[in-house]
Amino acid sequence: MPDQAHGGRQATAAPSLAIELRGISKAFGSVQANKDINIAIPRGTIHGIIGENGAGKSTLMSILYGFYRADAGEIFINGTATMIPDSQSAIRAGIGMVFQHFKLVQNFTVLENVILGAEDGPMLNSSLSKARRILAELSREYELDVDPDALIEDLSVGHQQRVEILKALYRQADILILDEPTGVLTPDEADHLFRILRGLRDQGKTVVIITHKLREIMETTDSVSVMRRGTMVGTVKTAETSPEALAELMVGRKVLLEVEKTPAQLGDIVLSVQDLTVKDEDGVTRLKGISFDIRAGEILGIAGVAGNGQSELLEALGGIARATGTVTLNGHPLPLSGPLANGQARRAAGIAHVPEDRQALGLIMDFSAWENTGFGYHNAPEYQKNALLMDNAALRADTVRKMETYDVRPPIPTLAAKSFSGGNQQKIVVAREMERNPDLLLIGQPTRGVDIGAIEFIHKQIIALRDAGKAVLLVSVELDEIMSLSDRIIVMFDGKVMGARDPDTTNERDLGLMMAGIVDGAT
Amino acid sequence: MKKLPTWADVGLVPLISLTLAALVSAMVLLAIGESPMQALTVMVEGALGSPYAWGYTLYYATSFIFTGLAVTVAFHAGLFNIGGEGQAQLGGLGVALVCLMLPWPHWTLALGAAMIGAAAFGAAWAAIPAYLQARRGSHIVITTIMFNYIAAALLIYLLVNVLRPAGSMDPASANFPDATHLPQFQDMPIIQGLFQRIGADGLPRLNAEGLPIYQKVPANVTFFIALIACVLVWVLLWHTRLGYQIRAFGKSEKAAVYAGISPFKIIMVSMLISGGLSGLMAINNVMGQSERLLQNSASGAGFIGIAVALMGRNHPIGILLAAILFGFLYQGGAALGLNTQIPIELRTVVQGLVILFTGALDQMVRMILGWFFRQKRSA
Repeated sequence: MPDQAHGGRQATAAPSLAIELRGISKAFGSVQANKDINIAIPRGTIHGIIGENGAGKSTLMSILYGFYRADAGEIFINGTATMIPDSQSAIRAGIGMVFQHFKLVQNFTVLENVILGAEDGPMLNSSLSKARRILAELSREYELDVDPDALIEDLSVGHQQRVEILKALYRQADILILDEPTGVLTPDEADHLFRILRGLRDQGKTVVIITHKLREIMETTDSVSVMRRGTMVGTVKTAETSPEALAELMVGRKVLLEVEKTPAQLGDIVLSVQDLTVKDEDGVTRLKGISFDIRAGEILGIAGVAGNGQSELLEALGGIARATGTVTLNGHPLPLSGPLANGQARRAAGIAHVPEDRQALGLIMDFSAWENTGFGYHNAPEYQKNALLMDNAALRADTVRKMETYDVRPPIPTLAAKSFSGGNQQKIVVAREMERNPDLLLIGQPTRGVDIGAIEFIHKQIIALRDAGKAVLLVSVELDEIMSLSDRIIVMFDGKVMGARDPDTTNERDLGLMMAGIVDGAT
Repeated sequence: MKKLPTWADVGLVPLISLTLAALVSAMVLLAIGESPMQALTVMVEGALGSPYAWGYTLYYATSFIFTGLAVTVAFHAGLFNIGGEGQAQLGGLGVALVCLMLPWPHWTLALGAAMIGAAAFGAAWAAIPAYLQARRGSHIVITTIMFNYIAAALLIYLLVNVLRPAGSMDPASANFPDATHLPQFQDMPIIQGLFQRIGADGLPRLNAEGLPIYQKVPANVTFFIALIACVLVWVLLWHTRLGYQIRAFGKSEKAAVYAGISPFKIIMVSMLISGGLSGLMAINNVMGQSERLLQNSASGAGFIGIAVALMGRNHPIGILLAAILFGFLYQGGAALGLNTQIPIELRTVVQGLVILFTGALDQMVRMILGWFFRQKRSA
């Protein structure tokens, strides 16, 4: 059993601790985001902070980085009580933060980004040459090789993240906090990142990783703290725990990490895609003539690093992007360009679409939950009072029903979409799309930024839809998710299909090589 | 950043902004050696002190309601329609053509036809920038501003060369026939008593035929049409599919496309409605008041509509209140010019300050209040 006690309060802070938080509390209105948090992180360790979305991890780290001020409690950095009213003070205290969404100027070089905000004077030349020297040292020391003169926009996501780490180190950070660092990385890039982090630890730096991915925690950390609903429910040595035990601590009940499903009962071909090609607004071909079929009762998983044509595939099938080629649904051809290629026509044809980016596409963030429940289905007859007026009351009643079925919290239909956590936003979208009982479900990144409890729920819903004889096209950058849900996997790289695999006979390495475009998986 | 309580958001913030605008206006008055108290008295007396004063305030407010609603409809679609001024002038052209070209037996029929004419001409003038935005990506702020100038030039040309009656020196159309006269407040049975002229002896003054004499005010039946327009815009935006699509598109074009909402359709339709509302303003000033088409007929109401929509937080109720406030400033400013040595230009200064504080500096007040509420909460 994990040790649930976090030790009594000591009169003085131990100097061997890089970070010690005592009794940190923070409320937003009536919501208690952090309740009496105590945590002690020894110097020279990698410490994980894990918890569901909305558990208060980000709030806690924002307090540590000076974005929020705690209502109560004390912060000790290297044994000294420290006030952190703003991020400048955090940097002075030796804290560096790498955000989930990088804060880099796209058309600046690496070097310019590194010195941004840390220039020595009004003239840049001396700062730049000093930064170049320091960067070279850091790169050697920590395997952080990045070309200092490359523009950020030309760098891969993995390299951009290294720039963020370099920025923190350049500001002489002793404590590095990373928020969901592997969300956008390939397995290889993630491994490289972990090597970097271990290197940093071995040099005596302290690393804090905030994540909801159990595997990362198990692979990289020395110790891990689990948060649940604003409280710290336990800190354990990683070597002495298991993913199952951590998941149970996070959620507060037993969680099935493995997806349970029966073999697929394949029916007729629902979706047939032939030579589908998509050009973006600049005329660049993003999807280079791909072909595949999906049968009724089948989940087809599309694996690949983000940005290799998966988004364009979903958008072309969902009626958002113009495309060429042939696509048939239940034998009827779908228009791929012209005014008939739109989201309304696709919905009418029986395609539901849970988009990859729910905040930009799937929801109107300023709209209430009930308004979002009708989004895309605002022409549905059950939401109309008469020829002129919408039946807002019916829409609200439907929202109440869906919120209950999908366990959306809080179940308040009038709350704006932006006020829900990521997992609950996703449940609103999933409820809206799945309850239309579509013939084909397009679902992109179904569990990105979604907590474990909700992941389990959404996975079950996808399987249930398949078992009801529907076709599912699943796009995800999470290999685990692709491998556990799909009945068949195709890997995309550079807008092309690299090959197809049976999830039972493939492995992460095999898929990873195809994802990197190294192996042509055509068999 | 935590949100303010609703009452503070919709009530306190505008109130503080207005107070600040009033304080700065008072300082300006002091600086030019006038008494702010006297100015305020004259303004309140001149704009709100009598039914006659209200008759002017509400006349101005009527125009501002239409232009404010016009800005709001476009705003909810994420479009900033700066072209209300030109659209209202074109609306005036539509009214003039309807009133002058056809013989009208009764003002109700003329009103109906003139409303169609006003809305159609205003909408048509908005349609061109809308199309350019929807198809060519030309920014609607730029094109609508340019169309204001084109409208002004076009109107001058038409008034001088086409609509001016032979022998007239005035760049204006002929007077509309009497049958198109819209009932003004003093013509309306129930409320006309308010506008009776009272003689020095305290008795109502009578004309030669022994009938009471009423003070003439410009506020007319259009005011009630404006109130109906407020309700209709509210229903449109929050209770129809079209309004739902307009608001969704205005919040996120990408998400709207995902939902199968056509950006082209929404840009066109919302700008047509917006232009139509601007055009309808001409019913108030051209048909209801001047009863002929004058040069520069909209006289700035199209721009005031932007401030009204901003201050009214793009909601019809807010727009109604803000329009009345600006009506007060307009009429009160005129009273200042009439009854004091204070130059009439000062009303532009006061309006500018109101727009500055309620529009541009709104966030500042909000920030300070937010800070105050946080302190109170943590105390």
